Amino acid sequence: MFDGYTTSEVMSIFAMQGFAGLSLFSVFVLMALGLAIIFGQMGVINMAHGEFMILGAYTTYLTSGFFQSYLPSLFGGYFFIAMILAFLVCAALGALVEWLMIRRLYHRPLDTLLATWGLSLIMQQAYRSIFGAREVGVELPEWMLGAFNVTDLVQLPINGLFVMIIALLIAGGLYLLMYRSGYGTKVRAVVQNRPMAEAVGINSAGIDRATFALGCGIAGVAGAAFTMIGSTGPSSGQAYIVDTFLIVVFGGAQSLIGTIVSAFGISQAQSTMEFFMGGSMAKVLTLLVVVGILMLRPEGLMALKVRR
Amino acid sequence: MNNSALSKWFVSREGVYYLLLALLLVVILPLVLDPFRLNMVGKYLTYAFVALGLVMCWGKAGILSLGQGVFFGLGGYCMAMFLKLEASSPENTAIQSTPGIPDFMDWNQLTELPWFWEPFHSFSFTLLAVIGVPVLLAFIIGFAMFTRRVGGVYFAIITQAIAAILTILIIGQQGFTGGINGITDLQTLNGWDIRTDEARTTLYFICVGMLFLCLFVARLVQNRKLGRILMAMNAQENRVRFSGYDVAAFKIFVFCLAAAFAGVGGAMFTLLVGFMSPSFIGIVASIEMVIFCALGGRLSILGAVYGALIVNAAKSGFSESFPELWPFAMGALFIGVVLAFPDGLAGLYRSYVMPLEDRLFRRDKDKGAPVAGTAASKPAAANENDDEPVIDNYSPEKS
Amino acid sequence: MKMNKQSTTGGTTGRWGLGRFKLLAASLVLAATANAAAPPTEEVNTTGLAVTDDTVTVGILHSITGTMAISEIGSVQAEKLAISQINEAGGVLGRQVEYVQEDGASDWPTFAEKARKLLRQDNVAAIFGAWTSASRKAVLPVIEQYNGMLYYPTFYEGLEQSPNVVYTGQEATQQILASLNWAAEEKGAKTFYLLGSDYIWPRTSNKIARKHIEDMRGLKVVGEEYYPLGHTQFNSVINKIKLRKPDVIFASVVGGSNVAFYKQMKAAGFDFTEEDPLLLTISVTEDEIRGIGGENVEGIYASMKYFQSLDNPNNEEFVAAFKEAYGDDMVIGDVTQAAYLGPWLWKAAVEKAGSFDIDKIREEFAGIEFNKAPEGYVRIHENHHLWSKTRIGQAQSDGQYKVVYETEELMEPDPFPEGYQ
Repeated sequence: MFDGYTTSEVMSIFAMQGFAGLSLFSVFVLMALGLAIIFGQMGVINMAHGEFMILGAYTTYLTSGFFQSYLPSLFGGYFFIAMILAFLVCAALGALVEWLMIRRLYHRPLDTLLATWGLSLIMQQAYRSIFGAREVGVELPEWMLGAFNVTDLVQLPINGLFVMIIALLIAGGLYLLMYRSGYGTKVRAVVQNRPMAEAVGINSAGIDRATFALGCGIAGVAGAAFTMIGSTGPSSGQAYIVDTFLIVVFGGAQSLIGTIVSAFGISQAQSTMEFFMGGSMAKVLTLLVVVGILMLRPEGLMALKVRR
Repeated sequence: MNNSALSKWFVSREGVYYLLLALLLVVILPLVLDPFRLNMVGKYLTYAFVALGLVMCWGKAGILSLGQGVFFGLGGYCMAMFLKLEASSPENTAIQSTPGIPDFMDWNQLTELPWFWEPFHSFSFTLLAVIGVPVLLAFIIGFAMFTRRVGGVYFAIITQAIAAILTILIIGQQGFTGGINGITDLQTLNGWDIRTDEARTTLYFICVGMLFLCLFVARLVQNRKLGRILMAMNAQENRVRFSGYDVAAFKIFVFCLAAAFAGVGGAMFTLLVGFMSPSFIGIVASIEMVIFCALGGRLSILGAVYGALIVNAAKSGFSESFPELWPFAMGALFIGVVLAFPDGLAGLYRSYVMPLEDRLFRRDKDKGAPVAGTAASKPAAANENDDEPVIDNYSPEKS
Repeated sequence: MKMNKQSTTGGTTGRWGLGRFKLLAASLVLAATANAAAPPTEEVNTTGLAVTDDTVTVGILHSITGTMAISEIGSVQAEKLAISQINEAGGVLGRQVEYVQEDGASDWPTFAEKARKLLRQDNVAAIFGAWTSASRKAVLPVIEQYNGMLYYPTFYEGLEQSPNVVYTGQEATQQILASLNWAAEEKGAKTFYLLGSDYIWPRTSNKIARKHIEDMRGLKVVGEEYYPLGHTQFNSVINKIKLRKPDVIFASVVGGSNVAFYKQMKAAGFDFTEEDPLLLTISVTEDEIRGIGGENVEGIYASMKYFQSLDNPNNEEFVAAFKEAYGDDMVIGDVTQAAYLGPWLWKAAVEKAGSFDIDKIREEFAGIEFNKAPEGYVRIHENHHLWSKTRIGQAQSDGQYKVVYETEELMEPDPFPEGYQ
C-alpha cells in the first residue's frame, strides 16, 4: 500500500500514525485512571463513570460560556479553571453518591454495577433535560487551535498534545498520591486488609469516600480534556464504558501501571489496525484479542494475584 | 408443624402460583386485550425467557452475565435467517440482480448465499440452531472462563465486551447480516403467514407454552440436588469445591441453560415481532434484561415472568404518556431494587403478602373451605416428590 | 348533508388537483367559509379511517426520546407546522386535521408497534414519520399489511419503492450524482476518498458514488472507509487522507461522530476553506452544524436539495413561520423541509382523489405538483419519490450554507439505478 511514496513520506506517516495512537492512548488513560482507582482499589464497578466524565465536559462547556460572556479577556486561560471546576464538581457529586448509595453496597460488587447503571440513566436524562439532546462543543482558545508543523506532512495538533500532557500529569500525580503519600498508604492498607487497617486506626469509611470522590474527580478532568477533541452529548459517556472497563481489567485490576500499559497496548493496536483495515473491523479485532487474552490470562497483564 | 408438612405447604402454594400465572396468561389477558395489545404482551414474555435464564445463572449461581442479549439475539437471528430465506424465494425476489437471496445481500453485491446461511433452509436445523448456537457460544465462553475461575465482576465485564463485539460485527458485516437494519420483512413460517392477527395470537399461545416449558425445566433444576449445589456455590464456592464437586462444570451448565432460554426467547421474539436487529444484542439491551430479573426477584422463577411483564408494560405506558420521565423511572428502578429490595417483588411478596395468605389459608383450612383446598391439592399431587421451597433464605451480604 | 351530496361529488373535487394549485386556494376559501362544501364522510372515507364530518386524524411517528430524538425533532416540528397551516387554510376536504403523535423512542420494534397502533386503533389517514432507514424498514411491513400510507422525510439509500410510502426526501442518486459531477467539472477533482459511518445508507451511497466516479467519469477512488456509529477517534483515517492526498473527501459520517471528525480534521491542520482537499458531505445539514460548531466546518460543501438560506419567497415565508412557531434560534435542515412537504403532499393527493381512501390516493400520486415548497417546485414521480433539484452549499462560520450551485433541471428519482447496483 506504500507503492509510489517516497521514504520520507512513509516515515512521516509512521510518525503521524504513532501520534494518532498516542492521542487515543491519552484519552484511554484519562478515562481508565479514575475507573482503575475505584474498581481496582475499592472493587466497585462504577457504570456511571462515563456520565461523570460528561459532567466534567458540561462543566467545561458552561465555564467557557461564562468566560466568553463575562471575562473575554481571560478566555485564553479558561481551560485551567474549567478543569479545576470539573474536578471539584465531579468529586463532590461522587462523594454524595458514595454516601447515599455505594457505601451500602461494598459487599455486593455486582449490585453496585446495577445501581450505578441506574444512576447513569438518571444522569443522562438529566443532561438531556438541562442541556438538550444536541451535542455541544466548546470553543477553544486561539492558542489551542492548529498544529505544530514538524515537517510538511507531520503535523501535531496542539489540542491533542495538550490532552496528552494532561494525561501524563494526572497519571504522574496519581502515582505520587497512591505510592508516595500518607493517603495512598492508607488506601492500600484498606485494600489489602480492611479489618487490620481499621484496627490500626485508619478511618476506612472516610478513605472509601475520598477514593470514590477522587476517581470521579479524575473522570471529570478527563471529560474536560476530552471535550476538546471530541463531542459532548448526553449519551457520549456510554460509548466508552466498555472500552474503559476492558482496559482496567486487561491491565490487572489493582495495578495503576498495568492500566497504563494496557491502555497503551490497546490504543496502539487499535490505531494501527485502523490504518490497515478500517474502523469497524479494527475495533472488533482489538476487542476480540483483548477478550481472548483475558480468557487465557484472567488476571490481566500485571495483576498481583487473582482470587476470584 | 413439622418439616415435611411445611414443605407440603410450599409445594401446594407454589402450584397455585403457577396456576394463577397460567390463568392470567392463557385466559385473562387474551380475553381482556385486543390482538394488538396481546402481541405486545407476547413480546414482553419473550424477555421473560431471558430473565428466567438470569434467575438461574445470576440469582441461583451468582454468575452475572451482562451479555444475555447476545444469546437472545443469536436465537432470534437463527429464526430470522430461516424466515428471511423463505421470504426470499426466487419468485418473490425476481427484480433483484441475483434472485433467491435475501434483498440486503443483493444490495451489497453478494451474488450467492454465504455458506453459513445454507443450512437455514431447513426448519429442523433452524430449531436446533435456535438453541444450539447460543448454547455453543455459552459453552465456549463458560469453559474458557469458569475453568480458570474467572467470575463475578470480571465475567460481567467480559460478557459485556462480547455483546459489544457482536453488535459491531453484525452492523459492520451488513452484506451477511442485514447490518443495523437487521433482518426485516419476514412473512411466512413454512407457508403460514405470521403477520395476521390470528397468526400472532396463535404465536402468543405458543410463546406462553414455551415459557411454561422453560419454567418447568428451571423448576426441575432448582428442585433437584443440582439447584442446591448452585445455591451453595453462590454462597461458598470453595466449600463446594472442597466437597468434591466440579464447580466449573456446574457453572458452565447453568450458563448454557440460561443461554438456551434466551435463544428460545429470541426466536419467539422474531416470530412475534416480525424482524430481528442488532439493537437487541447490545449493551443497553442486555443490562435492561438484568433488571427484569432483579425486579421480579433474582431468586424467583415466577418473579422473572412478572418482572419482564411489569417493566416492559411500564416502559410502554410511560413512553406513551411521559417519554422524558421514563429514563428517570428506569434509573430509579435499578437503584431502588438494588438498595431497598434486593429480593425484588418476590421478596416483597414473601414479607408482606405471604403472612396475610398464611392467616387466610389457615382460617380456610380450619373451615375446610373448598376453594383453597382444591386449588392447592391438585398441584400438590403432581409435585409430591419435590421438597424444596421456592424461595430460599437469601442473604445479600455475601462476599 | 344529503342535499350536498350531488353538488360536490368526488369527481368534481378530483379535478381540482390537476396541476393547478391556485384553484386549490380558492377551494380552501370555500371550505373555510362553509363547511357545507365538504363532501360527506361516507363518500370520502369508505375504509373506516378516522374521518368525521369536521375532522380527519393523521399520525406523527418519530423518536422524541433516545439517541435519535435530536435528529427527528425538527421533522416533528415541521410536520406540526404544516398541519396547523393547513388547518388555518381550511383543512383538507373541509375537515380540520388532527394528529396523534407517537414516540418511536429510537427503537425499531417500538416504531413497528406504534405504527400498528396508529393504523389499527387510531385508524389514521396518513402517517408522517420514521427517520432512520432501520425504523422505516421496521415500519414498512406494518404499513403494507394494514394498507396505510407513510410519508417518509429523510434522504435515504434508495433500493425501495413501496406502494405504501411516499418518499419526500431524496434517494441516493439525487444527492450524489450531480454533486460528484459538480466536483469533477467545476473543481477539477480527479481523486476521491469515501468515508462514512458503518451502516446501510453510507455504504450504499458510497457504492453509488464509486460506480459513478470510476465507471461513469473515469476518475479514481483512492480510499473507502467506515467507522462504527458513535466512533470518535479519526486520527488514523486522517493520516490515510494525508497519505493518499485525495482532491475530494466524500463524507457520510453521521451523529456524534461528526463532531469529533471535523474537530480532529481541523486540529490536524486541514483548512476546508482552502479546498485542499475539498470536503463534500451528504450528511451535514444546518441541524448538524449546530452540534459541530460553525467554525469547525467553515468551507465544507454539502449536497442537499434544501438549505435554510435558499432565496425564494416560499422559503422566506416558511423560515419566518417556523421561527415564529418554535423560536428565533431554530435552524432548518434538509430533512426538516422534506418533512414539511409530507402533510402538504397528502393534502394535495387527497383533494385530487376527492377521497381519503388510501387506494384512491395512491392512484393520484403520480404527477402531483407542489408549488409552495420551500425548496421550490416539486413533483411526485410515479415511483413515489419527488423530482427535486440537487444543490451544493458551502458552510459559513455562522452555521448556514451559502448556495453555490444548483442543477438546472429537477433530478429524476431513481431508487433502483441501472448500472449502479
